[in-house]
Amino acid sequence: MLEVSGITQIFGGVTALDSVSFSIRKGDITGVIGPNGAGKTTLFNIITGIYTQSAGTVTLEGKDVTGLPPEKLARRAMVRTFQNIELFGAMTVLENVMVGMHTKSTSGLLACALKMPWSITEEHRICAGALKWLDFTGILDLADHTAGSLPFGKGRLLEIARALAVGPRIILMDEPAAGLNSQETLGLASLIKRIRDLGITVVLVEHDMELVMDICDRIVVLNLGKKLAEGTPREIQESPEVIAAYLGDDD
Amino acid sequence: MQFDQLLQYTLSGLSTGAIYALIGIGFSIIYNATGIINFAQGEFVMLGGLLTLSSLELLKLPLWAAIPCSVAFSTVIGILFERLAIRPLKQPTPINLVIITIGGSILIRGLAMLVWGKDTHAIPPFSGDTPIPVGGATILPQHLWILAITLIIIIINKIYFYHTISGKAMRACAYNRRAAGLVGIDVRRMVLFSFIISSAMGAVAGIIVAPLTMTAYDVGVMLGLKGFCAAIIGGMSSGISTVIGGLILGVLESLGAGLISSGYKDAIAFIILLLILFIRPQGLFGKADSERV
Amino acid sequence: MKRDLLLFIGFSLLVLLAPQLFSGGYLMNVLVFVGINTMLSIALNLLLGYAGQISLGHAGFFGLGAYLSGILTTTYALDPWFAMPLAAAVVGGMAFLIGFPILKLKGHYLAMATLGLGIIIYIVFNETVELTGGPSGLSGIPNLKIAGITFDSDVKNYYLIWTATLLVMIFSLNLAGSRVGRALRAVHDSEVAARVLGVNSRILKVQIFALSAVISSLAGSLYAHTMTFISPASFGFNFSIELLTMVVIGGLGSIYGSFLGAALLTLLPEFLRGANDYDIIIYGGLLMVMVMYMPGGLVRGIPSLYRYLVKSKKGEPGHA
Repeated sequence: MLEVSGITQIFGGVTALDSVSFSIRKGDITGVIGPNGAGKTTLFNIITGIYTQSAGTVTLEGKDVTGLPPEKLARRAMVRTFQNIELFGAMTVLENVMVGMHTKSTSGLLACALKMPWSITEEHRICAGALKWLDFTGILDLADHTAGSLPFGKGRLLEIARALAVGPRIILMDEPAAGLNSQETLGLASLIKRIRDLGITVVLVEHDMELVMDICDRIVVLNLGKKLAEGTPREIQESPEVIAAYLGDDD
Repeated sequence: MQFDQLLQYTLSGLSTGAIYALIGIGFSIIYNATGIINFAQGEFVMLGGLLTLSSLELLKLPLWAAIPCSVAFSTVIGILFERLAIRPLKQPTPINLVIITIGGSILIRGLAMLVWGKDTHAIPPFSGDTPIPVGGATILPQHLWILAITLIIIIINKIYFYHTISGKAMRACAYNRRAAGLVGIDVRRMVLFSFIISSAMGAVAGIIVAPLTMTAYDVGVMLGLKGFCAAIIGGMSSGISTVIGGLILGVLESLGAGLISSGYKDAIAFIILLLILFIRPQGLFGKADSERV
Repeated sequence: MKRDLLLFIGFSLLVLLAPQLFSGGYLMNVLVFVGINTMLSIALNLLLGYAGQISLGHAGFFGLGAYLSGILTTTYALDPWFAMPLAAAVVGGMAFLIGFPILKLKGHYLAMATLGLGIIIYIVFNETVELTGGPSGLSGIPNLKIAGITFDSDVKNYYLIWTATLLVMIFSLNLAGSRVGRALRAVHDSEVAARVLGVNSRILKVQIFALSAVISSLAGSLYAHTMTFISPASFGFNFSIELLTMVVIGGLGSIYGSFLGAALLTLLPEFLRGANDYDIIIYGGLLMVMVMYMPGGLVRGIPSLYRYLVKSKKGEPGHA
């Protein structure tokens, strides 16, 4: 599904990522873990086209997508969420998800401004689609609230609903459980599984080990910008390198 | 003949360029300390000239006393501006800052119109107006004053930024505001300092140029914009790059006005501004900096 | 949805009936200006309030529309109905091309670049004397004619300008509520998140910049054909700032706000006849006060002030 190979990122002389390679299988939930400063978020930013790496390639569904900007990746059905949720704060919850349907609609500027019949039909379709994803993530009742006024946990769900509206085949989540209470984390775990059951490949960077071990099919461990290990949760838990890397780390 | 003409344009371009440099450094100092482009910068140039005029005519001060008096008064207005407009802003987004400094600039200009009227005023040159021959060209004593005072200000600036505690703190703020705050530098005070220094520098620029070009309530707009242009060429540096930027601009403008058309003189600066922003937004001499674009 | 429609119908009726309420040629003339300025502030608001991109050069696009229309109909004797869209297409094309490099810039840099662009255009109006008549202006621009009616009186012009203004309003309201409008607001709130969702923010910004220029150009053409005389002084830097003031005072991201801002700033100098030269003090002061105390503009500030007064409980301040 997704393959990264030889990803290297150098920030002003500091090597943040050093030739990281791994591949992600279709339909899996894959966790990317590692101590703070391991380069997880940098890696995500490279895969999703927000940074341009110093070296290495990213292949999505067999096609080279290295260096493509995020908006092009969205059209290739790859979408992501952010660690500090990036909502459109001044818009309503429903409108946020409707923006997610952007690539699934085509009415241009003039058609929209002139309210052409096809743009009205499309608008209804966008609205219905957005409501469906709000229902899927369980925040349908908040549809008319302003996104900026949501509590953090609900905001996280909204961000996921919005990403799903793009119709992704792969979704990358950057620390989805950060800032959630244990109740919300449980809900998130089941939501992620339901997303996988839709046939969407899930990749997550996460600090919450319990969550990762519980839901992930495979795990990639990064440490100090290098890949340390890769395998099933069980293999990772037993790997001596991983244990060594985590010892003394307060994670 | 042709050479003499070129020399003449270059010489007068250099002194206008020095003025642009002073104004440009004013822009850069505030930008580096605060991230704000102060659209009111040009108004301090206007204030410098007109306040000198009032000190000479109303207070009957001699020139040597009128100048510091005018600089001091302009600086007070700079402080008030920072205190009353910049500091209380609740949502300091770039657009709000642009709007508020534009608002301030219009307000200051309007008040100046109220005080000094719409006429242009002349200030006597510092030491006569007998042209001094240089090669085949001539130069006015005021041109020499401009170049000399600019040089002195730049040296003082250098000493301040590299050899005093508060100057070093300002540089720290420019480099990383949060980190500067964490090591105990009072960032808000540095913001105030930056407004003090740039309003004083703007006022000086306005005073030394006034005998050459006359002054009026609305001279700040163009001079301010050209100073900004100098700063952009110099990559928003508060040092030598902006000085060179100002000189390049002054000379190009003077040559363009002399050799092509004087009507398009002002357009030259803005065409350069757009070209630099499009092609090398980090300035002619700087390294790429993604923050600026 | 229904409330929006009712509001628009109510507003249109008010526009229709205004000449009956304020008969008298002079005020009609002022109301013509309110219409033109409303179109211009809406144009700028689409860019600034919705897409979050500032322009301090919009008087330039306004002027280009006016001059292109004026020159095409006088020197080249073209029909005004043909000259207006031609001018709009040229201005839109120019804005589209320049939009790519200029909208790469952000915040202060964008402000300065658009300002520079506006001033260059202004200088060109002044210097190309054979074409534009230079500082003394261009006169003898023909009025618009349709079905035997010539728009040459204040009342006729009022209906002409306000028909155009209402069309621009409904066009912009539709746009704001559509997928394109949502994408614009999304880019404004978080550009990176909008891009991740597949919004091509770069093209979108350039499109809206061009649209904004086209509306300004049309307003300029209409201005030229109703006034029959234009000169560079109407299209300078100060007018760009005046437009910015209208948008900010009315309310960023609100179409009706643009009308409020335009109406207030056009009518204000008329009430302050004696202090005409000093209106820039008022603009400056208003800009500062609004940004500091009412960043949502009149359209949000008045309701929240009202709620504050009625409930004598702290109302929520408007958001930009």
